[in-house]
Amino acid sequence: MALFDQFQDLIRSHAAVKAVGADPFGIKMERVLSPTEAVIEGRPTILVGTNNYLGLTFEPSCIAAAGEAIETQGTGTTGSRIANGSYGGHNDLEEALARFYGRRSAMVFTTGYQANLGIISTIAGPKDYLIIDADSHASIYDACRMGSATVIRFKHNDAADLDKRLQRLAGTEGNKVIVVEGIYSMLGDQAPLADIVAVKRKHGAYLIVDEAHSMGVLGDKGRGLAEVAGVESEVDFIIGTFSKSLGAIGGYCVSDHPEFDILRIRCRPYMFTASLPPSIIASVTAALKVVENRPELRTRLWANVRTLYDGLKRRGFTLGPQRGPVVAVQLPNPEIAVHAWQQLLGSGVYVNLALPPATPNGTALLRCSVCAAHSRHQLERVIHSLTEVAYRIGVLTVPARAAVG
Amino acid sequence: MVDTEDDVLQTIAAALQPFRKGGAEITTATDISEDLNLDSLAVMDLMMELEEKFDVSIPLNLLPEVRTVGDLTATIRKLKEG
Repeated sequence: MALFDQFQDLIRSHAAVKAVGADPFGIKMERVLSPTEAVIEGRPTILVGTNNYLGLTFEPSCIAAAGEAIETQGTGTTGSRIANGSYGGHNDLEEALARFYGRRSAMVFTTGYQANLGIISTIAGPKDYLIIDADSHASIYDACRMGSATVIRFKHNDAADLDKRLQRLAGTEGNKVIVVEGIYSMLGDQAPLADIVAVKRKHGAYLIVDEAHSMGVLGDKGRGLAEVAGVESEVDFIIGTFSKSLGAIGGYCVSDHPEFDILRIRCRPYMFTASLPPSIIASVTAALKVVENRPELRTRLWANVRTLYDGLKRRGFTLGPQRGPVVAVQLPNPEIAVHAWQQLLGSGVYVNLALPPATPNGTALLRCSVCAAHSRHQLERVIHSLTEVAYRIGVLTVPARAAVG
Repeated sequence: MVDTEDDVLQTIAAALQPFRKGGAEITTATDISEDLNLDSLAVMDLMMELEEKFDVSIPLNLLPEVRTVGDLTATIRKLKEG
């Protein structure tokens, strides 16, 4: 058996997708025009699949800060923080993050993936238990495989099932660490955090919340689901990313644990990778200030969420269960979803195509993410294009009067 | 009360009925990923279903060692015994 034989099924299914039209997993943005527009296949295209929730990728204060940092500190750190040392900006950003959350400590990672990988794999030891939501992101699953704890899944967003799982572990030695997400990246639904916290308290467990898609999006201060649910003091570790609301790349974890900093010399995904370059650190630090000082961006984002979510719902689309910046249009199967995605791109709208196994329950999704910078006009065009495509491929039935007209 | 090996096997076999390839019977020797129409996602769903039926949590860490229906039966019995 040849080395790549194991990928033959994947090669075949990918080839079948590419034979029909554009490759959903190999899109090239020929020119990025703004947070909400790019040129793809020569066409100006509305971007509705970016996770750029606050639209900060072209924020002037972030660009200026990154430019100055690159001029004065160079393009990269060329090594890890434990080997090559931290630049002042790394520590300043960690202090700013700790202040933002009102926490004792913060640790910055090079990507959001590594933040989950590092914290979750390290915090639970060989005798401990990780109890994770079944619909957790790949980075959480990978962290579980990398670590040495016993890993148990509970039914998605089901606090009663979590309770049952913890009850079964009653009397066992070892810490119990629950892992949930603020907003789930595929369907856009939120964890029932108050209920989960009640279960956590009952069993004396620890709680990690991944706020990757909810930081900057939820809460008066933009601190995420824990803020909205009023349970911040019950969340032991908050993990997040710089690549969504903050418009760059990187990850972090904040905690009040007095010994948190020891992880810097134990957590391998933190130790054995180069640290973020000064330009990224500078733009993220500036973006954090924008999140703190311009709550109107969140107001605008949620107005846009209502426009897109409610607009699609009215047209008859099946969406994720909860209104939010991730709007997941559910289609009957992967073939139809690929077809719809390609037609949509042809009409100048880019969304994410999400297929099993990345999606829950084997669903095929056109996953839209809303941006504060979307204009009403852009979102109305997205709704129009999606509806037209759905009529054409028979996912939605053309209403009688439209057919006559 | 601990389920007998036969009880556990019968329950697993019943849960696996929809995934049979052709007319092949499900026995302790049935290889879960090779002899049945089950992809990795379906395996995860199946585990949730069995966890419910047996009122037990099956840690993900144990799955790499579970190849056959016999392995799964033994794993669940061991977990039930505590």
